[in-house]
Amino acid sequence: MSDLTAEMEQTTTYDNPVDEALAKLKALYPDDVSEDSRPGYSGLLVTPDKLVEVATTLRDELGFNYLSSVTGVDLIEENKLEAVYHIYSIDKGGSAVVLHAQADRDNPIIPSLVPVWPGADFQEREAYDLMGIQFDGHPDLRRILMWDGFHGHPLRKDWREPFYEEDVKPFGSRWPGGAVHRSEELNPYGKNVQYPAGWVPTGEEYEVETEMYEGVTITREATPGLKTEKVTVNMGPQHPSTHGVFRMVITLDGETILALKPVMGYLHRNHEKIGERNTFIQNIPYTDRLDYLSSMSNNHGYVLAVEKLMGLTVSERAEWIRILMAELTRLCNHFWALGFLLNDLGALQTPMLYLYIERELILDFFEAAAGSRMMCNYMRFGGVAYDLPDEVRGQPTMQFLHELIHERLPRVVTEFDDLVTNNEIVKVRSVGVGYLSKEDAIAYSAAGPLLRASGVKYDVRKAEPYSFYSHLDFDAAVRYNGDIYDRYLIRLDEIWQSLKILRQVLPYLQETQGMSVSGEKPQYSLRSPNAGEAYGRVENPKGELGYYLTAKRRSGNPERYHVRAPSFINLTPMERMSVGCKIADVVAILGSIDIVLGEVDR
Amino acid sequence: MTAAAPKIESDIPIPHELQNNIFITSVDKIYNWTRRNSIWPMVFGLACCAIEMICAAASRYDFARFGMEVFRASPRQADLMIVSGTVTKKMVPTIVRLYNQMPEPRYVMAMGACASGGGPFKEGYNVVDGIDKFIPVDIYVPGCPPTPQALIHGLIALQQKIDNQSILTAPWYPFSKAQDDTVGLVPVPILGPDLVDVRQLDIIRTEADKAEVEA
Ligand code: SF4
Repeated sequence: MSDLTAEMEQTTTYDNPVDEALAKLKALYPDDVSEDSRPGYSGLLVTPDKLVEVATTLRDELGFNYLSSVTGVDLIEENKLEAVYHIYSIDKGGSAVVLHAQADRDNPIIPSLVPVWPGADFQEREAYDLMGIQFDGHPDLRRILMWDGFHGHPLRKDWREPFYEEDVKPFGSRWPGGAVHRSEELNPYGKNVQYPAGWVPTGEEYEVETEMYEGVTITREATPGLKTEKVTVNMGPQHPSTHGVFRMVITLDGETILALKPVMGYLHRNHEKIGERNTFIQNIPYTDRLDYLSSMSNNHGYVLAVEKLMGLTVSERAEWIRILMAELTRLCNHFWALGFLLNDLGALQTPMLYLYIERELILDFFEAAAGSRMMCNYMRFGGVAYDLPDEVRGQPTMQFLHELIHERLPRVVTEFDDLVTNNEIVKVRSVGVGYLSKEDAIAYSAAGPLLRASGVKYDVRKAEPYSFYSHLDFDAAVRYNGDIYDRYLIRLDEIWQSLKILRQVLPYLQETQGMSVSGEKPQYSLRSPNAGEAYGRVENPKGELGYYLTAKRRSGNPERYHVRAPSFINLTPMERMSVGCKIADVVAILGSIDIVLGEVDR
Repeated sequence: MTAAAPKIESDIPIPHELQNNIFITSVDKIYNWTRRNSIWPMVFGLACCAIEMICAAASRYDFARFGMEVFRASPRQADLMIVSGTVTKKMVPTIVRLYNQMPEPRYVMAMGACASGGGPFKEGYNVVDGIDKFIPVDIYVPGCPPTPQALIHGLIALQQKIDNQSILTAPWYPFSKAQDDTVGLVPVPILGPDLVDVRQLDIIRTEADKAEVEA
């Protein structure tokens, strides 16, 4: 281990590009940029008027060209709303430059960053929808998760949902004096609804849906001499190829796509609002349900963020187990993604069925380790919930893992590769289709396989190593053509890299057997020791998953809890990739992004 | 089978070679037997539970064994709607519309905690606390998510329910209602400042009046 640590120190000793950028910005804009001096905060406070200028300088001159996350925070005590931006450098790696811009809560106007980074589009719409921040200059500022006409901005601290009980958990008794009550019984309508005081239905409400179904309209002269019609097609929310309740409003000229607007929110489950009422530990099972195909790695990102906030350390064995789980999850997810992508390309079900058999093996292991196949709820602050099980499917665990990782999976993946990769139909349908250039991929904040298939070698595990990834020998897979075929290939590459990582992890697991896997403190009593913010990010199978947390001193609940969801943000370039393609390609393009609606809508 | 079937006493002459090939059963039995073994679910994944639903249909659990593998994308061809996941307010008008488009006899299964009663997300502002607040549910499958085994158990329970139905009393055949094609349809909820169940307009007006009095 000692030479490994030395190696790690070497890589972190380069002069920190973030500090450099912060210093330069302060020098350039002495009046508009200042150190964020709130305790526990990092980054800069920027005057909203200068935000676009500062962002442009960051992008063009300082090399921080990748806007990863945009979110809003409600500072109700100061009567302010704040927009928080996390900006990374693709070339230099390392941590983020964090910008904070504040505006008055009653008139929250902040300039939009869409002109600088089109990737801010959906994220700003989300902040507008849930927080009510007005992004000046945004090309299409509409609600995105809730519907038009919904009352209020639900993530504001003074907005209460119909089943509101108390501000934060743990709640008081639900059966005070022995009389149990359910939330429905306290609500006059008997369901989870509320209306503004005195509101009477007028009949106009009916039009909301109709308007939504109209979609986008484009007026364009038809080709002279040839009569063509433009048709607006709604795909979804109930459509077998949209991978859940996702909807696209597509304007077509014949079969060619002229415009495409994603419509989402059909699975908006209020993750963040619930998360801000929860205690820290209560959020772990909720993170399972974000990207429900990779619950283990969702847990990982969240515990990393909380550990940062609280300054906890993780036991060694727990770190190896975490990597084991995260990489197995990546395999599961890519099996699923490849199966569905081929399904979307017309190879109905057969390849998928072959891959799912393997996925089931991994799920059995998860079930043995965590108690549940899908919703693992396995990681804890400072460790994991339980040690590895003794047996999986009647075999000793280490033997099971060894066989799986060294023999079974490589064999299956090779076989799959032989059968599918050079298949003529797969190639015809996917080579050159759904192209996303390198520059666009960065500008649109694409992440994960989508970004790397466009020739950007950026992997959080390499760029800002967490856990023990810096001790492991692997490559960030990269492909250069930016089409569906490359997105297919890169998932196969990542499977091979994950297997490589797993092979290295096994001996460590053997070595550390018997060591403790949990943190010292009981989890339920955890309180944030200091006030401040933390951002934890991991390379999820679908891309960079980030958790942004702020907390007050000694509080047991997050003040603000935001999830940077890769599936959601990866949909931003969807229109860019689809315009000019045929309608049948849209299905394949969507399949190649690999979205999970739980994470898109949260 | 060597034992000869009992002779059929009737005026209809049955040729000798067919005499061992005739079975007599009740209409209900044969009607239910065909229905129970060919339940076609609608392809309709809502959330995490849908993943387990797909697993139940895929290679390992394979509920084709029970005659249910024909997933239909169109509600017009489906017998069973598996509400597999969290129902949100934004989604519920679509679900009700789909339900209305399914032909009778139709069945609804609430799969998982969310569809049955809101589940872990019940307190959320955009979550419907159980699909049975809007459409009638035949089978509830508990779990978060229910394992494929649990889902298959639910489907078998549905088969048993079908076995016990009779064509005479089935709610979708009353002759008096034959002329009225709105029978069994659920009014589609609308999206106002919050979700509006049109069956509750009266309560909403009363509440609005109360609020005015208080103000
Ligand atoms: S019951 Fe659980 S698994 Fe099923 S949709 Fe709800 S949260 Fe997801």
